[in-house]
Amino acid sequence: MKLTIARAKEWMLTFNQRIQEEKDHLTELDQAIGDGDHGLNMARGFQEVVKKIEPTNYDTLDALFKDVAMTLISKVGGASGPLYGTAFLRLSTALKAESEANREKFVEGLKAALDGIKARGKAHRGDKTMVDVWEPVVDYVQSQSTIHLSQLNELAKEKMEETKDLEAKMGRASYLGKRSIGTIDPGAASSYLLFASLADCFQKGEMD
Amino acid sequence: MDKVGIVLVSHSYDIVKGLKTLLNQVQPDVQIAIAGGDNGGIGTSAPAIMEAIESVYSEKGVVVLFDLGSALLNTEMAFEMLGEDRRIQIADAPLVEGAYAGVVEAGFGNSIEEVVEACENARHVKKINR
Repeated sequence: MKLTIARAKEWMLTFNQRIQEEKDHLTELDQAIGDGDHGLNMARGFQEVVKKIEPTNYDTLDALFKDVAMTLISKVGGASGPLYGTAFLRLSTALKAESEANREKFVEGLKAALDGIKARGKAHRGDKTMVDVWEPVVDYVQSQSTIHLSQLNELAKEKMEETKDLEAKMGRASYLGKRSIGTIDPGAASSYLLFASLADCFQKGEMD
Repeated sequence: MDKVGIVLVSHSYDIVKGLKTLLNQVQPDVQIAIAGGDNGGIGTSAPAIMEAIESVYSEKGVVVLFDLGSALLNTEMAFEMLGEDRRIQIADAPLVEGAYAGVVEAGFGNSIEEVVEACENARHVKKINR
């Protein structure tokens, strides 16, 4: 599972495509329990990310992910801008000066990204946030000797769906208390798309 | 600038624009900057907050007050981008009352810690004596 610059770019492009396709669905989820702008914000933000990274030639992974982060921080409002922005900023820092990352290095980067999300949002697992997808996925890639991409995809999906039964403890949704139960968390939904896109990109290429 | 600067962060430009006008009247000698809204709409933006902090920054430091939820995330993001060596602090206070108290305190030339404390104490002020 080697992350090259080409594959990292493809990951972001695929994620953007999924976000654009699922924009209305993400918005619906956010209208139910948040302020209704998650789909729109993510779609606008990643459109800008693609515009920035697609024509640019990168020598290192950290330069690519830093551009992703800075674009999200400046273009995406609400909580998702600083949260996804922090995640990609930490991933960038972890991959400093690397033109490709082996599995160990990449997993380290994902863990740093998760820690960044938790530090920024102060959410814990079970609070009905993106952490409910990120943490189990990072645990999985850290603990398995062989990463099965279909398993990774399934796990992310399952954890996203489990947020439906949780009561929101963070953000606007927490104002709803028990009424937030019954809807999937929009941040968990977009995080699932991120990891589904990642699994997709690796599936297309060779694995080790 | 020999006084602590104040930055007001809100999801709405109009809220902080109006609040700044009010505070300027209370204490015209304190530098106040605002970061309200995001790309012309409702929201907050880390780069806008960064810019606001820079515009009133001095050795005395800057205190930031915010309105709701993600304004805090974006303020902390702005702090991270500005670097750790800056004298900047967030006050956990109601925006209007806290900023009012903070501006008065800053006007005396007091330290950043005292300004933060003044802002945060505004939380306990009763508006009606019953």
